[in-house]
Formats: sequence, structure tokens, C-alpha cells
Amino acid sequence: MTDFLPLIVAKYNYWLYIILMMIGLYAMIVKNNLIKKLVGMNIFQTAIILFYVSIGYKRGATIPIIQGDHSGHGAEAIIKAADYINPLPHVLMLTAIVVSVATFGVAMALCVRIYQRYNTLEEDELRMRLSEKKI
Amino acid sequence: MNNYPAIVVIAPLLGAFFAGITAWVDDRFTYPIALTALGIALAAAVNDLFLVLSSGPIQYTMAGWMPPMGIEYRIDGLNAMVLVLITGIAFLNLVASFKNVAQETPDRTGAFYVMYLLFVVGLLGVVSTGDLFNLYVLIEITSLTSYTMIALGDKDRGPLSSLNYVFIGVIGASFYLLGVGYIYIITGSLNMGDVAGMIPAMSSSSSLLVAFILCILGVWIKMALFPLHVWLPNAYAYSPVGFARVVAPLMTKVMVYVMVRLMVTVFGLDYIFNTLNLAQGVVWLGTFAVLAGGIMALSQNNLKKMLTYIIVCEIGYMVGGAWLGNTLGMTGAILHIVNDALMTFALFLAVGNMVYKLGRVDLNDLSGLFGKMPWTMAGFVLAAFSIVGVPPTCGFFSKWYLILGAFEAGAYHFAAALLISSLICAVLFFKVFEICFFEPMAEDHGHDVAEDDSGHGHGKDAVAMEEAPVSSLATLGIVSIALIVVGLYSGTIVDKVILPFLK
Repeated sequence: MTDFLPLIVAKYNYWLYIILMMIGLYAMIVKNNLIKKLVGMNIFQTAIILFYVSIGYKRGATIPIIQGDHSGHGAEAIIKAADYINPLPHVLMLTAIVVSVATFGVAMALCVRIYQRYNTLEEDELRMRLSEKKI
Repeated sequence: MNNYPAIVVIAPLLGAFFAGITAWVDDRFTYPIALTALGIALAAAVNDLFLVLSSGPIQYTMAGWMPPMGIEYRIDGLNAMVLVLITGIAFLNLVASFKNVAQETPDRTGAFYVMYLLFVVGLLGVVSTGDLFNLYVLIEITSLTSYTMIALGDKDRGPLSSLNYVFIGVIGASFYLLGVGYIYIITGSLNMGDVAGMIPAMSSSSSLLVAFILCILGVWIKMALFPLHVWLPNAYAYSPVGFARVVAPLMTKVMVYVMVRLMVTVFGLDYIFNTLNLAQGVVWLGTFAVLAGGIMALSQNNLKKMLTYIIVCEIGYMVGGAWLGNTLGMTGAILHIVNDALMTFALFLAVGNMVYKLGRVDLNDLSGLFGKMPWTMAGFVLAAFSIVGVPPTCGFFSKWYLILGAFEAGAYHFAAALLISSLICAVLFFKVFEICFFEPMAEDHGHDVAEDDSGHGHGKDAVAMEEAPVSSLATLGIVSIALIVVGLYSGTIVDKVILPFLK
């Protein structure tokens, strides 16, 4: 136990993303309402985005724009990688956010179609209707 | 530097762009644009294949940025072969399904072709790219378009099965993305070749193990390996026919390709089979997938659903074969990617023709179909024989390699599962043949056409021949011939493409 607590504190960002992911997964599996499932899906994706953002971060570092004096070019300044956070994971996550928003939009549109057809978004009720119809 | 690798992907992308614009003016313009775009892509892909075969792998750097920084397309023998397969099937299907699309989604033909092109763009990108994160984005492009297309299908079930696919597809892709994150943490690179160079030095790292498991799990969900397959049958069975017969052969097969790519190129066979001790378990998983897919197919009463469960079964072949841990098994798995794509395409083409004429394809609707649609049924029989594994067709050869590989690895249970599933497929298809051949047509077994040239059968009544459109039939004919030709030349494919890739 004495070793375990420091482990959690030192890597708290990873624990957080795991907890968030599990909340999302739980909602996707257990919730009965399709919109709630969608929200769970979004939490699931956001957890991964959080994970990526946290691996690019460095304590005490700044945004990756080279600090030069205003008179000359920035390139003359001495560049130390340790002073800047890693921009690559953040840039990747811009794309991933776009993907997740697109997925969310498509899923919402599908929910609208389902609601127009069956007038409900509760999953058990949908299943009942489908088994009645016996397609 | 030649630009063919880029043209393969960009031609359909631009095609989708222009088709989308012209769809605002008139839906009729989209079809020729789509056809042209895929034709250009097909020509470029064939060109790629010949270039790769004559002068080795092509490295295409986007905008001239060199690999660790920039994004590259790397085309080797396997890529090039799968690219030709994808563009070929997409092009032929576009030719075949003009009438189906007009029949099924008459108000949305423009949207259909635009999404179709974007779907193909996603698949082509997944296959060509040499960058792990790009792979994720392109997988998601493919998935997003397939969600929308599946929702276009069956009015009652389409949106719901599509939404289930969304949930599971997102979980799969997210697992893959997470795995890529772990790879990035330990290697600091996203380029496949770059990562592959660093992995042998860190084979004891537990982060690498997590990365590997997450990536492979994500890809398995996307390819519908047995316990993770629940989304597939509904999604494929309720999508519009014109789309079902491109997504069923290609989507799962491309994901198998991604798995092979991750195993061979990124993580390396040495790491997977010598450092990790997972291969045995995965072969068992493949065995269960093969058997479960076959048994579930037996219980289906709808021809489309039955074929989707056969896809689950075939996925088991490929995963099990790839994880046998020897060259024969891997060869069989890769050869089966090509063969299974062709076989499934032929089957779904035939089913598409049936749907065009019959509307529904429950097994009891099919009676007397040999008389009614002889050409379609001829193609169907050939494809079915190929799935069962009758020698001159291509299905036999990949199964042969898989069984040899199973014996070499001592995985007798996998070999047994292969044989049993072949028997199950034979039972399945002969059940269909029996209904189509011997049972008379349900209502209108007309005596009015008994003077026809085929009307001297006593057991079955003569029916008027009522075939699907010529374009669909011609495509089915081409693909059926391709089944035999690919079978006869499978030795050449193995020698020229697969063995150099595995070396």
C-alpha cells in the first residue's frame, strides 16, 4: 500500500483516463437510452484525447513557439527541446477530435431516424417492437 | 518519382468532390464521374503492381517531406495486390449496381455515389499508408461512410443496426488509437518503418505489450473476429445491395490486411512469436471463430444473413492462419484475403441480382430459381464451390496452404476446424441449391410457358426466364472466371508477391 499510493499520484493522468474510459464504456453497455449511450461513447473518445494531450505535456515547459527577440529572427535563439511541450500529440488530437465529432454527428442523425420511425429511443422498447414485427 | 501511389487515392477523392458538387445540379452526373474516378484509380493501381513487381517497393513521400517527419505511402507487393483488388472490386461493383441503386435508393443516388467513392478512398488509404496515425484516421473515414450507407438500406432495421455498428466500431477504432499512443510513448515515432526498427531493442517493455494488445484488439473488433462479431450480420444484411457487395468483401479483408501489416511490418514476427506467448491461444480463437461462424450460418433463414455469418467463419480462417507462426500459414492467410474477397464479391453479386428480381431472399423465396435466373445461379454455384473449396477454384488453394501450415505448426484442431467448416459450407450451399433446383415455384408455376425449350422436365415446372440486368450478369461472369483464373495462378501470386513480402 505504501508503494501503491505514490504510483497513483505520480501517474495520475493515466489513472484518470482509465477511469473516464471505463465510465464511458459502462454507459455504452448498461444504459438503455440511445442518447445516453452516445454520451458514453463521447466520454470514451474524450478519455483517449486526454491521454494523448497528457503525454505531450512537460512540467514547466511552454508552447512550441520559438522565443526570439523581437528585432531579429526567432531562429537565432538557442533552442532547447526541454523548454517546449511536444506539439505532435496535440496536433494529432485535433484530427481525432474532428473524427469524434463527425462520428457523434452521424450517430445523432441515426438516432433522429430511429426516433422518426419508432417514436422511442429506449432500447428495450425498440427490441420489443422489432420482435413483434418479425421481419 | 512517379505519382501513381498518390493517384490511386486522390482520384476517387477528387471524384467524390466533383460528384458532390454536380449532385446539386443533377443526380445523373454523379455516376459517370464516379466511374471515371474509379477507372483512373484502377489503372494507377495496376500500374503500381507492375512497378513493384519489376523494381521493388515504392516509397512515396507526401509533398517531399522525408519519412520520420512527413507522411509516406509505402507500396510493396502485398499493398499493391490489395490495392488492385480493392479498386477492381469497387469498379466492377459500380458497373454492376447502377440498376440496383436506382431501384433501392432512387431519391439519393447522388449521395450514394459520393459516399461510395469516399468509402473506397478510406480503404485505399488504409492500405497504402505507412503511418500509424493516418491509418486510424483512414479507418474512421471508411467506417463513417459505411455507417451512413448502412443506414440508407432497410427502412426498419437499417438505422438501428448502423447505430450498433457505430458503437462497436468506435470502441474498436479507439482501442487502436490508444495502442498507437503507447507506441508513440516508447518510440517517439509514428512511421511504420521507423517504429519497426526500434521495436527489437525494447521487446521486454510492458508498454510495447500493451500497445500490441490494444492495436490488435482494435483491429479484431473492426474485422469481426468471432466473439466480437455481433455487429456484422445485421449491418451487412440490412445495407443497400449496391453497398453490401462492396463492404462485405472489402471491409473485413482490409482489416485482416491491417493485422498482417501490423504483425509483419510493425511489430515483427520475431517479437510476436518468440517473445510473446499468445499465438496458441489466438489459433484456438480462430478455430472457435471458424466453427461458430459455420454453425450460426446453418441456423439462418435469410440468404444474406447466412452469407454474413460465412464471412465471420472466413475471418476465423485468416486470423488463425496468420497466427500459426509459420510461412505456410501466413501465405495461406494472405492468399485467402484475395480469394475470399473475390468469392464473397461473387456471392453477393449473385444475391444482389436475386434481390433485384425477387425483393426478398429468405430461403423459401428462392424456389425454382435455377429455371428463372440460370446465369445468376451459375455464378452463385461457382462462388459457392469456391467457398467450399472445390479444387480448380481459388478457395481450395488458400485452404490447402492453411491446412499445411496447421499441420506444420502442430495445430491439428485448426486443421480439423477447417475441414469441418468446409463440410458445413457444403451442407449450407447444397441446402440452397436443393431449394433453388428441385422445389417448384411457390405460386405461379405456369403451364403457359411449358412449350419453352426447357419445359420438358417433369418434376419441376417450366418458368419464364427473368434475369437481372446485363451489366450485373457480365460482372458476375467476369468475377466467376476470375475465381478460376486466380486459383490457377495462385502459385504465381505466392511466388511473386507473398513470399518476397514475408522474407
